[in-house]
Amino acid sequence: MKIYDGGKILLGLIVFVGLAAFPFLYNAGKAAAKPDPKTDTPVIQEMAEKKCVEPKEFMRAGHMQMLNNWRDSVVRDGMRVYVSNTGSRHDMSLQNTCMNCHSNKKKFCDECHNYMAVKPYCWDCHIAPKEKES
Amino acid sequence: MRALVPLIAVIALVLLVFAGVQTANMQFLFGVVIPYAAIAIFIAGFVLRVLKWGSAPVPFRIPTTCGQQKSLPWIKQNKVENPSGTLGVIVRMALEVLVFRSLFRNLKSESRDGGQKVTYGSEKLLWLAGLAFHWSFLIIFVRHFRFFMQDVPSVLKMVEGMDSFLQMGVPLFYMTDAVLLGAVTYLLFRRFYLPQIKYISLAADYFPLFLILGIGISGVLMRYIYKVHIVGVKQLAMGLVTLNPAIPEGGIGVVFYIHLFLICALLAYFPFSKLMHMGGVFLSPTRNLSNNSREKRHINPWNYPVHVHTYEEYENDFRDKMKAAGIPVEKE
Ligand code: HEC
Ligand code: HEC
Ligand code: HEC
Repeated sequence: MKIYDGGKILLGLIVFVGLAAFPFLYNAGKAAAKPDPKTDTPVIQEMAEKKCVEPKEFMRAGHMQMLNNWRDSVVRDGMRVYVSNTGSRHDMSLQNTCMNCHSNKKKFCDECHNYMAVKPYCWDCHIAPKEKES
Repeated sequence: MRALVPLIAVIALVLLVFAGVQTANMQFLFGVVIPYAAIAIFIAGFVLRVLKWGSAPVPFRIPTTCGQQKSLPWIKQNKVENPSGTLGVIVRMALEVLVFRSLFRNLKSESRDGGQKVTYGSEKLLWLAGLAFHWSFLIIFVRHFRFFMQDVPSVLKMVEGMDSFLQMGVPLFYMTDAVLLGAVTYLLFRRFYLPQIKYISLAADYFPLFLILGIGISGVLMRYIYKVHIVGVKQLAMGLVTLNPAIPEGGIGVVFYIHLFLICALLAYFPFSKLMHMGGVFLSPTRNLSNNSREKRHINPWNYPVHVHTYEEYENDFRDKMKAAGIPVEKE
């Protein structure tokens, strides 16, 4: 099979394969780390049953939506009490509820968020818990 | 009918993966085996298709009528629309690929006065929708690279930041999501709505549109409504690209598998479909050849060696008769 203008076709194909296989080439020989959010803050350690507001599986996937609903509910409707599926009651507050238990923002929230390259802009206004630099 | 079969096909794909993951627990098949197979088919199929095109002889230069070709020195050449050198060809190709220059020239024709008159008008909507669709697709594609890189480069974060710049809702709303879905919907509806377009539309035109619509809708549902375990998604993706595939424990969510499977279908279908215009645009003879046929003689590569009877030979054959008849000859 004769390829006309073979040099140019080859060049184009090399660029194509390089781009298409870029994720593989870029990560060749690298080991994938995974995030390890720590739930060992003093408040959580004192809990009898170490449970979040809702089950862990739900929180993992849906905590941003929950925060959004909390925010709307507090700021727009003035409703500040959240009743979870199991009937426990929580003050709908980012700083006073979530960050009370998860006072290790850097080792917890940021652990996942850095991995996913998301940077919630909440902390432009809300105050992150004070943490010891480690 | 030509739209119905592709629609049913896409729905069948969704049901297939739904059943496979939800009831038969075939996460490894849909999360690892099929993605690898789809990428292999995509790359190999693409290369083979381009090589097949490369084996066809390059046609003659085709100067199109959109600009003056290089001619006598006092006639002004249009160096971009009708280039005679490499630089002009690169500019013309770049305009074609980046802003769809020739689609911008798209016209619509209408017959008026009961078919007595044909009028032509400018028709930019297709160009606009095409541009919106391709660019938002590209931005969405580029944004997804945060799933394939451990340390996400700041360029990607910048793209993401600009895309979510409206800061609407949490998770932040991406503008390109809306633009993509809107543009694909328009591109689909124009095939239903305009009678001429409807007439020439085939199943192969509808299928990619339904597939891309399915990918877009499943992605939007997954981001904004049916939340999935996104950290798990990245673990799966990183496992795939570091050749260490594993299904993350705890499960991801079936919407993700639907999204992934439709993408795999698109990748595997790509080399056999009209979507190959991604590579084909670079091989368009009216775009990638400089129009220098007035300067340089191009020989037709499939010319059969024909014996040409030149005028000189003709005169040699008939010189005496020509002279006798008083016809002027070149050589006495
Ligand atoms: C009462 C203390 C408490 C509060 C309040 C609380 N959490 Fe939790 N959270 C926990 C504990 C304990 C876990 C670990 C649960 C487990 O391992 O089953 C957890 C787990 C999580 C996880 C899953 C982590 C993982 O490893 O996948 C996320 C995400 C999370 N919390 C976010 C939040 C957010 C957001 C809020 C505020 C809306 C919040 N939590 C409020 C105690 C709390
Ligand atoms: C422009 C500044 C600003 C930004 C950015 C911001 N907030 Fe707020 N947020 C506020 C203010 C002001 C209130 C009202 C506080 C009150 O009335 O108690 C509030 C209240 C809330 C509340 C309920 C009250 C409380 O104590 O927490 C939640 C939940 C909340 N915000 C979540 C978020 C989340 C999640 C984000 C990031 C996606 C965010 N906010 C970003 C300013 C901001
Ligand atoms: C299990 C990992 C994990 C933990 C722990 C976690 N997050 Fe998240 N968070 C995510 C993921 C994944 C996203 C969505 C990223 C995406 O859409 O790509 C997210 C998104 C968010 C968003 C929306 C950001 C945006 O720009 O869309 C907010 C707000 C948020 N998280 C708050 C928190 C807070 C506050 C904590 C700590 C109390 C926390 N998260 C802990 C994984 C986690």
